[in-house]
Amino acid sequence: MGVPSALRSPKSASVGTARLIRRIVSNYLLRRLLKALFTVFFVTTLIFFLIRLMPSNPIEVYINELIVQYGFSYEDARNQAASLFAIDLDAPMAVQYLDFLRHLSRGDLGNSLRSPGTTVLSVIAKFLPWTLFSVGTGLLLSFTLGVSLGMLMAYKRESSLEPVLAGIGSFLSSVPNYIIGILLLVFLGVRWELVPIGQMRGSMTPGIKPSLTLEFISDIFFHAALPIATYVLTTVGGWMLTMKSSTISTLGEDYVTVARARGLPETRITTAYVGRNAALPLFTQLAISIGFIVGGSILIEQIFVYQGIGYQLLVAISNRDYPVMQGIFLIITASVIASNFLADFLYSRLDPRVRIVGRE
Amino acid sequence: MAQQSVSLYQRTGIEWLRDFLRGIGSFLKLIASNRVGLLGFIMVIFFIVLSTVGPRFVPLDTKTKVTQIYVPPSREHPLGTDHQGRDIWSQIVHGGKDILYVAFLTGLISTFIGVVLGSLSAIIGGGFDSLMTTLADIWLTIPQFPLLAVLAGFIRLDSLSLLALILAVLSWAGLFRAVRAQVFSLKERDYVEAARALDLGLRHIVFSEILPNMMSYIAISFTFAMTSAIYAQTSLVFLGLVPISTSNWGVMISLAWTRGAIFSKDSIYYIMSPIMAIALLQLALVWMGRSLEAVFNPRLRAGG
Repeated sequence: MGVPSALRSPKSASVGTARLIRRIVSNYLLRRLLKALFTVFFVTTLIFFLIRLMPSNPIEVYINELIVQYGFSYEDARNQAASLFAIDLDAPMAVQYLDFLRHLSRGDLGNSLRSPGTTVLSVIAKFLPWTLFSVGTGLLLSFTLGVSLGMLMAYKRESSLEPVLAGIGSFLSSVPNYIIGILLLVFLGVRWELVPIGQMRGSMTPGIKPSLTLEFISDIFFHAALPIATYVLTTVGGWMLTMKSSTISTLGEDYVTVARARGLPETRITTAYVGRNAALPLFTQLAISIGFIVGGSILIEQIFVYQGIGYQLLVAISNRDYPVMQGIFLIITASVIASNFLADFLYSRLDPRVRIVGRE
Repeated sequence: MAQQSVSLYQRTGIEWLRDFLRGIGSFLKLIASNRVGLLGFIMVIFFIVLSTVGPRFVPLDTKTKVTQIYVPPSREHPLGTDHQGRDIWSQIVHGGKDILYVAFLTGLISTFIGVVLGSLSAIIGGGFDSLMTTLADIWLTIPQFPLLAVLAGFIRLDSLSLLALILAVLSWAGLFRAVRAQVFSLKERDYVEAARALDLGLRHIVFSEILPNMMSYIAISFTFAMTSAIYAQTSLVFLGLVPISTSNWGVMISLAWTRGAIFSKDSIYYIMSPIMAIALLQLALVWMGRSLEAVFNPRLRAGG
């Protein structure tokens, strides 16, 4: 303290750095955050080199297309491609990579190839919220429902209700999500005509203004109802079965017996002793589940013509719109990683043990 | 002396075959001990027989018959006909082969990668192990299906084997983690310690001591790798990201979908047949796998 920094010996500086590193390592959340950031970086790098090292380099494909279809000269085509992809094609790969990272850090993901003048960022800003909304709601609902049903199954494992629920759970968790989506559409929409699927297409009724009115909110839920139902149906089985087995093993723990012996009220035992501990393994499953459900949104949004990011990704892939593809893939990955981080955060709140180093 | 130790620790071909058959025998016994698992196992066998032997007896109906569009099921057409008047049952019989082929190949390759990397990581340990685990953790957070969809935008996935290879490489991380954990617990066992003390070499320890004890566990991983391979390939076909060359269940759904068959009430058998085939095959594999899991994990067994 008070010593001018110039007078500090190099040794104390390195001690300071070492302490900083130790503090980062010992802080659970900071460690997870660093890992999340590194993962985003890793995926970004992966997709960058993937696009450039593929046997059919999309940039070359695009240049060829310009030459063949629009009669561009090679030079012009190359310049056009370079400006659209926002990279200098003559530069060495390492420079291109650094350039790409610099643009990316400013949020510049390039422009759409197929609809000129549209930035990739604007495409994402327009469609991502709908996917986050529908997937988020679906996940929240299925998690709550699955945890409650799983606990119910564990408590009532002697009753005749349990095998029925277990059967439904295992059926739902093994049937592919797009099949459940098609079944909902075919039976609810076409066979029994229970829901007006034609009107439910899109993410909201055209012409309605986004606002916090009841009309708007019920409209977006109306349009998202079938995708949300599909997400809930396809994931709830997994939660139920995991929660059931986890609750059963928790019920056998000594601390539950002790809590019973102490005469604690049953509701308190169920929530604070059994529920809290039994839900822990579900959080590790959450990480994989989020990635799966977000990935599944490509299929589900296509089936229900829901205008989310998954639907746009498919449009971009079939149009060979590489910058949009790359941008959407990055944003999907980033949101999965972000929600994993959130799940980790919740986990560390629920289970203080993980915040202590070395007890993972 | 040296001669003796070789005969003690190196198995002959016949002994290896006997152990292998015994492994299969105990595998079957474990499956039979669980009713749901047995049902799943029988269903899987049924699908395999249907798709391999079936095409010899049921010729694929490719003739367009304008007068027989969307005919309901009858003796002649057990599952009715499609939008071109072709028999759906024959398409179901012929449509499973490709899917099963890709699923088996993916299962084989991904199990191989998972077992090799997982055991190496657990045995070598140290820096290599922490590098591999970090890499696997990162890989698991990348959403697989979007990555696969993007990849399909770059590569023409018209070769089934290539598709299987890509699916297997993408799914290495989950298996790696599971195998690594298994080997970690196995390598502390006495017989592995003994083999190490005798300096029998890494290859012997992995292939003769650790792997045989993981056989049933590997079988579980194999079934789960198959289910995700079936999911991935049929969805890719459904989205139109894989060029449609032959007829398989995914192609049937995709065709029914693009022809608008889903919105026509008469076509229910056309869309439902491949859907039920895929759903039942998935269910059968999961039942088989999950009952194996329950057999090996007493914690789960306690729950019934």
